[in-house]
Amino acid sequence: MKFAIQVNEGPYQHQATDSAYQFTKAALEAGHEIMRIFFYHDGVNNGTNLTTPPQDDRNVVSRWSELGKQYDLDMVVCVAAAQRRGIVDEGEMQRNGKDAQNIAEGFRISGLGQLIEAGIQSERLVVFGD
Amino acid sequence: MSEQIKKFMYVNRRAPYGTIYAWESLEVVLIGAAFDQDVSLAFIDDGVYQLIKGQDTAEVEMKNFSPTYQALGDYDVTKLFVEKESLEERGLTLEDLMPLTYEDEDDDWAEKDSIRLVSRAELADIMDEQDVFFSF
Repeated sequence: MKFAIQVNEGPYQHQATDSAYQFTKAALEAGHEIMRIFFYHDGVNNGTNLTTPPQDDRNVVSRWSELGKQYDLDMVVCVAAAQRRGIVDEGEMQRNGKDAQNIAEGFRISGLGQLIEAGIQSERLVVFGD
Repeated sequence: MSEQIKKFMYVNRRAPYGTIYAWESLEVVLIGAAFDQDVSLAFIDDGVYQLIKGQDTAEVEMKNFSPTYQALGDYDVTKLFVEKESLEERGLTLEDLMPLTYEDEDDDWAEKDSIRLVSRAELADIMDEQDVFFSF
């Protein structure tokens, strides 16, 4: 099955992001395809490399990065939602005159069209949120 | 851009202010309109408040985005299903909602209502026909 995943909630605040991760990992291990993971609303906070969770807790952000690297996942952070919440890559930094960037490894910033396209091209779009 | 047409339904479940879900949902609808899919919106639970007429957000210093719903017709987003029971549970009627219309190109551009009042059971049947849901 060809899945697309949408993550609507931020890390630690809400379990949706954990469920999305666990679903994605289980689907990949079962041989399914994850054609895209789209981070929206506070879900964009999954893509900041500035998080420093306590050492005895899971690291939600680096966990995504590692899974992304292992399976070559397309992990997309919505640009409009990211701009509101301060998730910045090289291009956004220059475009908006910021002096820092914080996009985590394996994530890219792109538009909402990527979400619609995921809905069209996947066999199932699975939304994780409230 | 797309090789096939799917039935997309955006399910709006929350009040327009208090959280950003409603506004960011509308942003997806507007972008999605460019993809020429078969789009509809459903308003259930507190989501029916998104369509209330006369919204005034000055006191809470939030952006009043309700006029954007009136532009949906121009984006060929013409099916807005409002659940009857959700209205009734909140003491609302169709009269409390913004009049939203579109021009039907298949009917000599006649102006028609975009809002369609449906029962919970009818909406369940409509949902059953969909291919893709975005739930906000």
